[in-house]
Amino acid sequence: MSTLNLLILVCMLYGLFLFLVAFVAERSARRGRARWLRSPIVYTLSLSIYCTAWTFYGAVGYAARSGMEYVTIYLGPTIVMVGWWWVLRKLVRVGRSQRVTSIADLISSRFGKSNLLAVGVTILAVVAATPYIALQLQSVTLSFASFADAVGQADQVSDERSTTAFWVAMGLALFTVLFGTRNLDANERHHGVVMAIAVEAVVKLTALMAVGIFVVWGLSGGVAETFARIDASPIGHWQMDGGRWAALTFLAGAAFICLPRMFQVLVVENADEAHLRTASWAFPGYLLLMSLFVVPIAVMGLERLPAGSNPDLFVLTLPLAEGQTALAIFSFLGGFSSATSMVVVASLALATMVSNHMVMPLWLLWSGGRASVSGDVRHVVLLARRLSIAGIVALGYIYYRISGGGEALAAIGLVSFAGVAQVLPVMIAGIYWRGATRIGALAGLTVGFGLWGYTLFLPSLGAGVILSQSILDNGFLGLVWLRPQALFGIEGIDPLVHAVFWSLLLNALTFFAVSLASFPSPLERLQGAQFVNVLQQAGSARSWSAGAAQAEDLMIMAQRILGAQEAQAFFEQEAARQAGRAVRAGALPEPGPDFLQRLERELSGSVGAATAHAMVAQIVGGASVSVHELLAVADETAQMIEYSDRLQAQSRELAATAAKLREANDKLTQLSVQKDAFLSQISHELRTPMTSIRAFSEILRDTRDVSPEEQKKYSSIIHDESVRLTRLLDDLLDLSVLENGQVNLNIRRGTLREALDKAVSAAVAGDESAKLQVNRVPEEEAQTLETDFDRLGQVFINLIANARKYCDAEVPELTIHAAAMSDGRVQVDFIDNGSGIPEESRDLIFEKFSRVAPQRAGGAGLGLSICRQIMERLGGSVDYVPSPRNAHFRVTLPMAESEGPAAHRKSLVTN
Amino acid sequence: MTGQRPRQLFVERQTYRRRRIQDAARFLPVLGIVLVMVPLLWSEGAQGVSMSGAIRYLFTLWAALVGAAMVLSHYLGEDKAGEAEDPPPATEPGDR
Repeated sequence: MSTLNLLILVCMLYGLFLFLVAFVAERSARRGRARWLRSPIVYTLSLSIYCTAWTFYGAVGYAARSGMEYVTIYLGPTIVMVGWWWVLRKLVRVGRSQRVTSIADLISSRFGKSNLLAVGVTILAVVAATPYIALQLQSVTLSFASFADAVGQADQVSDERSTTAFWVAMGLALFTVLFGTRNLDANERHHGVVMAIAVEAVVKLTALMAVGIFVVWGLSGGVAETFARIDASPIGHWQMDGGRWAALTFLAGAAFICLPRMFQVLVVENADEAHLRTASWAFPGYLLLMSLFVVPIAVMGLERLPAGSNPDLFVLTLPLAEGQTALAIFSFLGGFSSATSMVVVASLALATMVSNHMVMPLWLLWSGGRASVSGDVRHVVLLARRLSIAGIVALGYIYYRISGGGEALAAIGLVSFAGVAQVLPVMIAGIYWRGATRIGALAGLTVGFGLWGYTLFLPSLGAGVILSQSILDNGFLGLVWLRPQALFGIEGIDPLVHAVFWSLLLNALTFFAVSLASFPSPLERLQGAQFVNVLQQAGSARSWSAGAAQAEDLMIMAQRILGAQEAQAFFEQEAARQAGRAVRAGALPEPGPDFLQRLERELSGSVGAATAHAMVAQIVGGASVSVHELLAVADETAQMIEYSDRLQAQSRELAATAAKLREANDKLTQLSVQKDAFLSQISHELRTPMTSIRAFSEILRDTRDVSPEEQKKYSSIIHDESVRLTRLLDDLLDLSVLENGQVNLNIRRGTLREALDKAVSAAVAGDESAKLQVNRVPEEEAQTLETDFDRLGQVFINLIANARKYCDAEVPELTIHAAAMSDGRVQVDFIDNGSGIPEESRDLIFEKFSRVAPQRAGGAGLGLSICRQIMERLGGSVDYVPSPRNAHFRVTLPMAESEGPAAHRKSLVTN
Repeated sequence: MTGQRPRQLFVERQTYRRRRIQDAARFLPVLGIVLVMVPLLWSEGAQGVSMSGAIRYLFTLWAALVGAAMVLSHYLGEDKAGEAEDPPPATEPGDR
């Protein structure tokens, strides 16, 4: 068997072995034994896809050409990993809490689930990654050809270089499709793929170290000798462009987080945040070992191999030239591993982005936006994913064929790095700065992408491919300051540094400025807060406000996307979570906001956040939940709150009115009762005299012989009763007039003494048997009053007459005191020496028809009530002053002012 | 921080230690950047730093960074209560 055939056989076996590893890993994961698959070591090793064939072969070539510059490509990531506490920790937390499926998904999620942004990042990633995939295919082809050359069987493969690349591409696409799209896991984790690349990581490291050890101890004869050789070699002195050193270190660090494939293994495939802790030192260690023997191999290659041989293949050709075929085959496998693992993960990551952000939205649009109608979405997603993988690998292959696999490809690594690094400002600001907006991100990415294309990518394709030589020399449209490699007329900078500097600077500036000037939508602000504060809170994405979604509909949709079993398991688990215990199979959870949110996350693992959101939105209500609709929901809520506030105010008002009404009703009832009492009282009062009048008038009429004395007696009774009746009616009239306020007051000036004199004489006059002794102090009664003396007299007469009537003392006495008060009022006290009014009656004496002692009644019981009405009219009052004995009435009324022109006194006359 | 609870000026010794380790984890990459940029100061050419010297410096630095990160990651992982590590920025001393 020829060496070449042996190589092919080994390659085939190795490929089979990888398939087997992936298959076994996938199977154990399925059986729930994924623990060992997901150790920190596997995580660390999976990160090694950073080291592609460009590293494996290219680093030595790089070192042979430019000395130590190659280490910058590994120092950048080392610093990023060592500084994991700053960025990666947060990035991984965000990725896990938001179930991010790719870097495009991350950016899109952060900026309000903007699909436009996701599409932009996807295009950028595909453009940047395609040449890189081509480079991997080239490395395999080239190494295979070199191997054939070296073993003298070049004729067997000379015409089949592109064929090799084709078969390799086919094999890789097959592997990726098989293990990358086996299932649509919510976590977007691929155990088989990760395990296979971890194995490949070990193979490439040991291969490179084996060659290195062979060179240092086999060929050179020890460490000291190796150092001596290095110092003696053409690259034996420190030679470095400072700008490139710094720029490349930065660029490598940036690309380490921004490359879609790195993001895939760093964030998406991360099973446990604690793994990052281990990787923070283990991966830099891996990189160190990968770089350790690069310079010795380069120096030895330069020394031993004929001038003109390709330094990019020293790793392979050196062992071959030394006759170490086995080592060479091992080394070839290392390179093969580097190339294949990169292509697998890159195409997987890119395909996720393409299918989630470009194919699926288009398909949803095309299918009328109804996820539940057009068949099985799960199959569509898988198909889209598979086609995307095939498409991306094909793109790489086509690019390889077109570019002809020349030396131009070798430089593409850094060009690609610079392209994906354009995402860095948006990504970093996205997780640290809440003010970053979608418009700003779009503007920044557009500027960065445009400048990168103009200053680096297009020129890298070579003059004349897209950019003509004249543009390169004289600038776009002949504007000298627009020369792609000397923007703004600044010349003499390394083209790469130039491009990285201007594109990232202007990218970041535009992003920053536009973000400052624009205003984010509510969803953006919400997401921004969740991203930036992810370490403070284990917060979740925004919540669903609608509870109207039907669990069955959601179940149907979820089945189509996740697969029937997975969906059922998920729904059961949710139902159990809601019930707080195990539930029977097939139980459906309540479609509450929490559940919808988790479902959306679950779905977003398969179809991306924006699509998942749209799909859940379709079922929950509305064709899509746009920010406007969210705003509408918020508005509605605000309106409802306002409305309920108004209702509350109204009901309060109503309650107050009702209370008032009740009060009024009570009053009315009371009044009605009073009125009834009043009427019955009135009729009673009227009836008594009427009865005697009737009786005596009948006697007079019907009795024939009535003696004149009798006649006189009866007539006088009738007269007396009529007088009494008239008085009663007068009183009633008086009271009603007073109560209605329709009273004419005859205001004049006079002294209190006058009024009292008159009243006392009038009250005592009609009663000859007057035993009442009235005591007065005339000096106290000098106050001048300005009032209606007739009415006032009426009050006084009433009070004195009451004393006369009711005073139950042996020798009735009434004492009248008058005193001027400091507030310009006069107080007149009527105090008799009787037993006073019983406490329980005091409240009633001013009421109509109330008589304290009915048995001694002389009047209708209206007197005091009239008094009170009169005093109110006169601006004063009459009260009963409670005292244990003596009846004590107090009349208070205003004194006349010193000068009392009658003019405005007239106004007291009320009508 | 005026209000609900009195501001906590001093934390427990263990918490204090953990925070300083976090500070160290933050500082390590800064130190790394500075040391990686040291070669910019080297003179070039035949009289300058030899390639073996450069290799020795860079790989020693590299190994040191790996070692330091290893030690730090060991201590950072001691407490699983990593959630409550930093106080929210707003309440950090000096913020107001």
